[in-house]
Amino acid sequence: MEVNYENGLNLKATELRLGLPGSDEPERQTTPRPNKRTSSEISSSGLTDDGNDDHQASAPPAKAQVVGWPPIRSYRKNCIQAKKNEVEGGTGRYVKVSVDGAAYLRKIDLHVYGSYPELLEALEKMFKLTIGAYSEREGYNGSEYAPTYEDKDGDWMLVGDVPWEMFISSCKRLRIMKGSEARGLGCI
Amino acid sequence: MSEDDERQQSPPSDLDFVSTKARNCNATGSGSAYPDQVLNNVLENVLHFLTSKRDRNAASLVCKSWYRVEALTRSELLIGNCYAVSPARVTARFARVRALHLKGKPRFADFNLMPPDWGAHFNPWALAMAKAYPWLEKVHLKRMSVTDDDLVTLAELFLGFKELSLVCCDGFGTGGLAIFVNKCRQLKVLDLIDSEVTDDDTDWISCFPEGESHLESLIFDCVECHVNFEALERLVARSPSLKKLRLNRYVSIEQLYRLMIRAPQLTHLGTGSFSPSEIAGQGDQEPDYVNAFAACKSLVCLSGFREIIPDYLPAIYPVCANLTSLNFSYANITAEQLKPIISKCHKLEVFWVLDSICDEGLQAVAVTCKELRELRVFPVDAREDSDGLVSDVGLRAISEGCRKLQSILYFCQQMTNAAVIAMSKNCPDLVVFRLCIMGRRRADHVTGEPMDDGFGAIVMNCKKLTRLAVSGLLTDKAFDYIGRHGKLIRTLSVAFAGDSDIGLKYVLEGCPQLQKLEIRDSPFGDAALRSGLHHYYNMRFLWMSSCSLTRHGCQEIAHAMPHLVVEVIRSADEEEMDTAAEILYMYRSLEGPRTDVPKFVTIL
Repeated sequence: MEVNYENGLNLKATELRLGLPGSDEPERQTTPRPNKRTSSEISSSGLTDDGNDDHQASAPPAKAQVVGWPPIRSYRKNCIQAKKNEVEGGTGRYVKVSVDGAAYLRKIDLHVYGSYPELLEALEKMFKLTIGAYSEREGYNGSEYAPTYEDKDGDWMLVGDVPWEMFISSCKRLRIMKGSEARGLGCI
Repeated sequence: MSEDDERQQSPPSDLDFVSTKARNCNATGSGSAYPDQVLNNVLENVLHFLTSKRDRNAASLVCKSWYRVEALTRSELLIGNCYAVSPARVTARFARVRALHLKGKPRFADFNLMPPDWGAHFNPWALAMAKAYPWLEKVHLKRMSVTDDDLVTLAELFLGFKELSLVCCDGFGTGGLAIFVNKCRQLKVLDLIDSEVTDDDTDWISCFPEGESHLESLIFDCVECHVNFEALERLVARSPSLKKLRLNRYVSIEQLYRLMIRAPQLTHLGTGSFSPSEIAGQGDQEPDYVNAFAACKSLVCLSGFREIIPDYLPAIYPVCANLTSLNFSYANITAEQLKPIISKCHKLEVFWVLDSICDEGLQAVAVTCKELRELRVFPVDAREDSDGLVSDVGLRAISEGCRKLQSILYFCQQMTNAAVIAMSKNCPDLVVFRLCIMGRRRADHVTGEPMDDGFGAIVMNCKKLTRLAVSGLLTDKAFDYIGRHGKLIRTLSVAFAGDSDIGLKYVLEGCPQLQKLEIRDSPFGDAALRSGLHHYYNMRFLWMSSCSLTRHGCQEIAHAMPHLVVEVIRSADEEEMDTAAEILYMYRSLEGPRTDVPKFVTIL
């Protein structure tokens, strides 16, 4: 926990509060405003750590952001931030997986896998079935099962056609088709 | 030179002037009857070849006739502060200007430290130039406010207008652009870089006139609105001289392909999004991106990758060996994704990248890029308390591998003195050293010491250093080093540093070449300000925000130095009568207080 020796008093240690120790919540000011007189440094914890942080048990409370710091133009900040949100909070991540004929659905986290082979192997293990190899021309022809997914536009697509990163960001749910329907896809 | 009202296509030619005078000389039979004129002719022809601004400024100081002749022959005007001199004074002195470079707002305005609408309007300049230099061909503006009307002025009143470059500007939109591109029939260069362009819902790309275009450079990667791709494709197809094309993020990779195959002569390419549009058909054949890049045999500068899908990166392999400049600073890629690319970039001199590549990625750069001159590492997560992805490890690796480094901008969460000292020794050619430790006042994370010694080593060992930006925990000692050894420093940026007035004193008394000093949130007060009185006329500007200045202290300076404009800027909603000077921005000027002052600025 940060110790604030303002005016020689360790105010934080002697403060009476109801919260658990270490659960500070300083104001978070993320929108840049035109300067107010002394608000350039909003965080009340004054000086930052002296670099020797290893005694902190829990993660330090997020520092309030200061206007114009670090010195990055807002255009650049916004561009990168937007992309981060897309990747992390996109329609990927936890998706429902249904298998034709199975009694109930499962859920998997797409971010756990780095590629299609990994994903397919995991699905095979989870549902105890064989999906087989993907080919661009014939899909999963020859296999009893064909993995499909619903994308952002609501269309049902064959898993494997688009680059992995694109798949992760657009996949809403998975459905493993079985039998004649599955074989039919390979002939398109 | 008298001012005509006629719209002249070109300034009076020097040669006409000379031959007329020579004829007169011979006609009278006494060659020495006009010795001054002959001297002036010779001088004019010689000075014509002087291009460097410094040389010209020096020449103009020799004597009155040199001053006059230099003023007649200067064709390119560089004005570092638009308020240092008025348009009227400029047009009165210089007769034949063809190109104008103008800079407006101070750099710290980029970081929201100043309220908007502070000034730096291009309008009075546009109007003055239109009268005095109707043959003006080139305008290059940085941090100025440009309106749509100004764009129309440029297009309508300058018949041979060829080049417009707007860097970090704002105030205009696609509506103004549309009129501009439509009326500038000789346009060669339209570069919009890091500028804010409002979306007026106008299809400006369609407004380029039909027929063969003279375009050599079209840069619009900062324009945040859709462009009419079919019109763009037709434009590129009819621009045989096009060498530089930087697309915005609304151009997909399939569209990029179509443009590339029409313009294999490109030397500079900004790829746009570098990802497929969502409507890509499932069964569609993917274009041969590798081939498209391979066809661009002259490509030396690559940027863009605004919404990159890393799977497509291998397409650029064919151009890597020739690249001298690569900008990945909008591409959130890992070290693993970078390595196959960077290992081919042997000729790379300029590299901009995100810290997502981590120290490991920087190590890979250090292994291959032996010709590296400039490196910029930007943070993916620009906050003080984010995870540090690059550190002293990456900095040290770069210093060991890239010995020819001249310029570095490095954002990190933590640093050590040892790594900075290593860089000071390994990279003696450094001219620009900008280290931003994002955690304010953060000490050396290994020793717990302030970062004084690291920056001290930089100013001591890098004898060519002209630009320095400091950060981390710094005492007055760091400024002592800078004052003692930073004799060539022209630009210094300071934030959250120093202990007392003496820090600023060291710098103001020690750095004779100092031109631009920008300081924020540091404990420097009125006494420190006074110690620079001997030097302020030699500087372009001084910026101090959230320091310990008072209005009274600033007033003293204003009284002592009549040719200094001393602006005290407060936030828009603050009261006028205030003892603290929240933001001080002062600059030398021949004109005195400007007349376009907004309410939140007081000129003392």
